[in-house]
Amino acid sequence: MSLNYTNKTINAFLKPKNIGSIKNPDALASVGNPVCGDQLSFSIRVKGDRIKDIKFLSFGCASNIATASVLTQQVKGMTIAEAKKYDWQKIVSILGGLPQQKVHCSMMAIEALQRVLAAYEQRLSLASDKKLTITKITKNKLSSKTMASKQKKVS
Amino acid sequence: MHIYLDNAATTQLDPRVLKAMMPYLGPKYANASSIHALGQSNNLDLESARQTVAGILGLNSAGLVFTSGASEANNFILRGIMQANQAKGKHLIVSAIEHPCVYQTARVLARNGYEVDIAPVDKNGLIDLASLAKLIRSDTVLVSVMAVNNEIGSVQNLAAIAKIVHQQGAYFHSDIVQAIPYLQLNLSKLGVDCASFSAHKFYGPKGVGAAYIRPGIKSEPLISGGEQENGYRAGTYNLPGIIGLASALEVAYKERSLYLPRVKTLRDYFWQCLRKELSGLKLNGNLKNRVANNLNVCFSKIEGEAILMDLSLKGVYVSTGSACSAHNLKSSYVLSAIGLADYDLNSNIRFSLGRYNTKREIDLTVAALKKTVSRLRAFSPVK
Repeated sequence: MSLNYTNKTINAFLKPKNIGSIKNPDALASVGNPVCGDQLSFSIRVKGDRIKDIKFLSFGCASNIATASVLTQQVKGMTIAEAKKYDWQKIVSILGGLPQQKVHCSMMAIEALQRVLAAYEQRLSLASDKKLTITKITKNKLSSKTMASKQKKVS
Repeated sequence: MHIYLDNAATTQLDPRVLKAMMPYLGPKYANASSIHALGQSNNLDLESARQTVAGILGLNSAGLVFTSGASEANNFILRGIMQANQAKGKHLIVSAIEHPCVYQTARVLARNGYEVDIAPVDKNGLIDLASLAKLIRSDTVLVSVMAVNNEIGSVQNLAAIAKIVHQQGAYFHSDIVQAIPYLQLNLSKLGVDCASFSAHKFYGPKGVGAAYIRPGIKSEPLISGGEQENGYRAGTYNLPGIIGLASALEVAYKERSLYLPRVKTLRDYFWQCLRKELSGLKLNGNLKNRVANNLNVCFSKIEGEAILMDLSLKGVYVSTGSACSAHNLKSSYVLSAIGLADYDLNSNIRFSLGRYNTKREIDLTVAALKKTVSRLRAFSPVK
């Protein structure tokens, strides 16, 4: 089997960037599992609409680690919208190519990124829903209190 | 630094074997089938090599067919015997941990009208004799169980299997490619009817091996179109290879009594150091029913290929499962068959020691592994 990695891939495997997990992240997500043979877990911190920090953990082969390292380096500092458009071919090209049977690693890294961004957006929309609900409840409570006080006044 | 711990994949050619081969790559180039003097001189050398091999392995030389290796030999035996013995039946049994060249060939036969049963193994990779006995039927033609497993090194009780197989009137085939020189193999005495092996696993050249089919057992050729090997294997004799195979086999068994304790001491020392220096390890299979040069270890929470690559970049060469299974990048069906948990199937490394390894190499490997394992575990998502 031909499994010759480029020097760029080997370097990214030996000295991966952005490894670890962010404490109290704004979102986290995983793809794969050890049974399938590889797992990637991403955590992100977002400021405004930009990815302020992104880290990954990997149970995977050399190219799984290398592709995640490159991807996190690339999308750090991007807006969420920009990161969502990032595709796997860019990772492969930055690494100077991947062995045919390893190209799926770059797709998996993109999938992990998409998931963590989706998790972030879901959390965001939940939070805004919650705000909305809180406001509504507060308003209702207020109005019922007012009602009550009004009723008292009446009685 | 180059530390080669992948001797089950292939071995380094012994310089003495190369020396024995050289005349046949030079002046003794004649075709061993030619009837002129040059050819016939080579034919004598060919037949002498055949006698040497038969003598060491306890075989009838008339049943020995030289091939390009064990994969061809296994294909030849399975296909040839099943095809030629259809009057007896179309039932074939192979063990659950056979090499892909047996396993896949059995699957091809199953797609072509033969019936195939898989004989299960226990957690140490040993054939469950009672289950095997139940699988054999009156129309069973062949039972194929490898002598030594290529991934976990488990050693089968060939004599016991042969007895069960013969009781039912079937033939017993054993792929002995990983058993040389780890087992003393008098195949006729053990009751092995058919065997296959390859020279490059015991410090001989690549591209040559042999199939043994006990004379009297009917078989069809895999490669037809010539009278070589009694019509069982057409094609010009690979004389340099055959001479190399016989020479390598001779050396391997001549030095066996010195080599075996040495490699076992080294292997046991290696395992002892690993257990002392690293946590979260598990031996796949047991030490008892195992060839002296094999260790197959589960490194929990990290992926095998990453370990392999990291070690490789440090100059230590190992394997995940077998080199052949590395090709399809799927986890090992052998480890699955011995009951390894799904979560552990992708975290294994096979270390196969050999004739040229030293204690210093083992120390350096342990040091390298410590670094590799702690680096990879530091960013594993598996808790």
